[in-house]
Amino acid sequence: MIRLFERWAVDPALILTILGLSLFGTAMIYSAGQVHVPNPVTHGAWLRQARWFAIALVAFTLVSRVPVRWIEWVAVPSYVLSLVLLSVTLIIGTGAGTAAGVKSWIDLGPVSFQPAELAKISTVLVLARLLSQRLDPPDSLRDMLVPSVLVGLPLGLVILQPDLGTAMAFVGMLLAMLFWAGTPVVLLLLVASPVVGLVLSFDTAVWSWYIVGVVGFLYLYRYRLFLVESVGIVIANFAAGTIARPLWNSLAEYQQNRILVFLDPDVDPRGAGYQIIQSLVAIGSGGLRGKGFTLGPQKRFDFLPEQHTDFIFSVIGEELGFLGTVVTIVGFAYLLLRLVRMAQDTGDAFAGLILLGIFGAWLVHIFVNIGMTVGVVPITGIPLPFISYGGTFLLMSWVAAAIAVRVAHER
Amino acid sequence: MRTYHPLERLSRAKGMNAIVAVFMGMLIVAFFRVQVVGSDSWELRSESNRLRQLPIPAPRGTVYDRNGLILADNVPGYAITVLPAPRDSLLRTLAHLSEYMDISGERRERLIAYLDRYGNQPLVVDADADFAVVSALEERRSEFPGVYIEMRPRRRYLVGAAAGHVMGYVGEVTGDELESGEFRGDRYEQGMVVGKTGLEREYEERLQGYQGLRYVEMDARGRIVGDFGSFHTNPGAPGAELRVNIDMELQQWIHRIFPDSMIGAVVALDPADGSVLALYSAPSFDPNDFVGGIDANTWRALNTDERKPLYNRAVMGLYPPASTWKLATAGIALDQGVVDPDEEMPIPCTGSMWYGNRSWRCWNPQGHGYNNLAEAIGNSCDVYFYQIGLRIGLEQMLERANDIGFSRQCGIDLPQESKGDFPADKSYWSRVWGYTAQEGEVLNLAIGQGPNSQTPLKMAQFYVALARDGSAPPPTIAEGVTLGEGWKLNLRPEHIEALREGLRSVTAPGGTAHFGTTLEHWDVMGKTGTGEHRLSQAGLAPPHAWFAGMAGPFGGDPEIVVVVVVEYGASGSRTAAPIMAKTADFYLRKKHGIPLDTIQTLSEHLQTRGWPRWYRERYGSLP
Repeated sequence: MIRLFERWAVDPALILTILGLSLFGTAMIYSAGQVHVPNPVTHGAWLRQARWFAIALVAFTLVSRVPVRWIEWVAVPSYVLSLVLLSVTLIIGTGAGTAAGVKSWIDLGPVSFQPAELAKISTVLVLARLLSQRLDPPDSLRDMLVPSVLVGLPLGLVILQPDLGTAMAFVGMLLAMLFWAGTPVVLLLLVASPVVGLVLSFDTAVWSWYIVGVVGFLYLYRYRLFLVESVGIVIANFAAGTIARPLWNSLAEYQQNRILVFLDPDVDPRGAGYQIIQSLVAIGSGGLRGKGFTLGPQKRFDFLPEQHTDFIFSVIGEELGFLGTVVTIVGFAYLLLRLVRMAQDTGDAFAGLILLGIFGAWLVHIFVNIGMTVGVVPITGIPLPFISYGGTFLLMSWVAAAIAVRVAHER
Repeated sequence: MRTYHPLERLSRAKGMNAIVAVFMGMLIVAFFRVQVVGSDSWELRSESNRLRQLPIPAPRGTVYDRNGLILADNVPGYAITVLPAPRDSLLRTLAHLSEYMDISGERRERLIAYLDRYGNQPLVVDADADFAVVSALEERRSEFPGVYIEMRPRRRYLVGAAAGHVMGYVGEVTGDELESGEFRGDRYEQGMVVGKTGLEREYEERLQGYQGLRYVEMDARGRIVGDFGSFHTNPGAPGAELRVNIDMELQQWIHRIFPDSMIGAVVALDPADGSVLALYSAPSFDPNDFVGGIDANTWRALNTDERKPLYNRAVMGLYPPASTWKLATAGIALDQGVVDPDEEMPIPCTGSMWYGNRSWRCWNPQGHGYNNLAEAIGNSCDVYFYQIGLRIGLEQMLERANDIGFSRQCGIDLPQESKGDFPADKSYWSRVWGYTAQEGEVLNLAIGQGPNSQTPLKMAQFYVALARDGSAPPPTIAEGVTLGEGWKLNLRPEHIEALREGLRSVTAPGGTAHFGTTLEHWDVMGKTGTGEHRLSQAGLAPPHAWFAGMAGPFGGDPEIVVVVVVEYGASGSRTAAPIMAKTADFYLRKKHGIPLDTIQTLSEHLQTRGWPRWYRERYGSLP
């Protein structure tokens, strides 16, 4: 029996973890539906999620048996298909459930799915193919250009939906894979520096010191970079600092509010700050041991926003307490560490890059989703893998896991 | 492939592991802070999140009449309330609500003003919603987060217009009233129903009660999910009941017999203690129209009606008392000892009298000859009273009339009462008319003319003194309250008897009010009055008709005093007197257990069946 499971799972440690997370997630979705005044959306959600879970297991079984060669082969066509679908989504896409305002879903009659989820995996695959064919690390800005474009295309299309959370997953994926391919951390940091400069530019003094720091660093690091690149980074930093204001003004009001509220939720407790405050109240009142499974009052009284999708972790915090949150976070940490370990163990560049790509995307999902419920990260619509309600996302997460175990264990 | 050498992979994996450790560690630290360190304060917030204070409205006290009948009570009603919310979402909610109910622009502004001022209190959109609106909203419960519908007691006036002016009415407290401190203390808040006029206003403090507080569990959409029964619930206290001296059936009776086309007032007092048996002003209004906010059309109609239905003529209307005031002249003269009841005045009435270079006319140009007090009252002889007035003297007259309150209020327990209009002293003439008062002014005053206007209530109080021993307690509506001292004329029993003899001759065969006031069972006496006013003096309208009288069983003291004023009623004996007689008849029959006869006064008998037997038995012959 155990042998059978091990053969099915290919990587029992990883699969046991995500099996546990998926079952736990379904249970929490059930709990999220247990409110005083039931509503049809959340009430039966756990059953629908369980059905998707069954489908996901079948998909896992099939995909984990596919030869790696096929996976390699399918990378480019699926990437192209993803771009097409993402473009189509922008035209005929619909919102769904609690995210009615965006165009992320393609409606196929009985089911609807999110092309962005397919895009994530195919981008990992295509990027892994590209980077694995290099003989030396991409350690110059020029080397990073093509990978950035490959990620930038789907990322741009996703941002247009708009789905900032998924877009961030693409960034995580790119950085993790570049790192694994050997890009020096310093270079990654320098590439990311304009974003930091953007944020800091709201205080002129801080920003000035920051620019001085960047220039100083570039001077110390001058032998590892081309002059053009150094100048480019400085210019990019200056540009970021300059466009910060106009960029801020061009943000939609709700986006500005989300950022302001992240800094101080109480500026608008009934409006933009509502979600984060309610989430904090739920999590905080959970205390050490929690209110008990299905018993959280904040959830029951409907104060929690999106409690079966993006804010499911607030339900966990309220009902299972600090102990529950720690166990869940440790579970996710183990999942991530296991992916790294699998990448470390595999000698195959393609396999390692795929594992790191999945790692990068999931790390962003996990950290941003859990972090926003507790006020560490601004609120972003991003689901928690294996836990949040959402059919496509669960299915594609399992498909990603199947690819991960397949490539990691094919020698 | 140097890039993926195992050692390279190991070092990068270490880097990745460090990143995982850092990020997950950050999360765990954050959760530790929120869930372990800060748990208590969040727990508190969680409680306040779902626990809301809701007021428990206190039912207003029931009002009972002297026989224990209910004048005003409460029935269940519905109030529509919105939970405090940011201004924008409140406006949105109101806009959505107004698809199902009327919310005036003014009301909307007021609600916003309340929100700005009181912040976190629930706002009452409609304190007394129609059932149709309530059911429409209940059907669409989910469309109206933050709106809740609660039961509130609704005021009901059982006799409607019959007691409109006495009861007054209730209404929602206005922002101005709250701000001005008219309704003080933490007892009052927006949306509460308070007494606006009449007894409702006068005894507001007693009837109001104390609003309670309960805590309910409410979900994020404003649906009440549970009651937090044991949690600091303050049940409040219902308003105390009020028992009044009013006789509700008498009040209804007067409402029925007072002719619809006429304007005026009826005041009925119990001479035993001055308690108010009935207080009626015509035309009246139905206070039920005001409950839960009067609709604009009714309000406009009430305010634009030339007959001023909202005006309580019984306590506010000032009318020249005319001949009814001659009794006051007589009373003061007896009190001062300047006249003996049997004494005839030296100058006989020849239709007029000379005083101070001019002729002072009597109403009857034929003259009345020599009169004693009773005869003079019966004849209402002006010439007799001119001479009495001169004997009293202007100064004494002013002083004594002021003593017995003709320039004051009676002090009845109603929020508005007019003061009698009577000169305080001689300076009145120089102040108002610009000349020094001559002794001759007393002639006008003596017959109830001149600068003298009184309310029907005031005259009723004066006649109470005549129905007793000369003392007049203040008229009182509520049972068991003391409203001050009253006043007293020093009259000996024979004086009282002489005055009543005079009043009786008004209603005796040959008296002007004989046909309108003669009743089968009761000894009715009274005085007519013809109140001339500016329009009547110009010949444009008939004068106001007065009848001030009292009645009781034959051979006993009067048991009821009734004063009737009919505006433009022309003849006191023809219009006002029958109303007085029928009022007294109803009350006395009820009191003595005699079945009510709808044909009461002599004139009614004559119109229907001819001379009644009891009339022959009492007077022996027909006039």
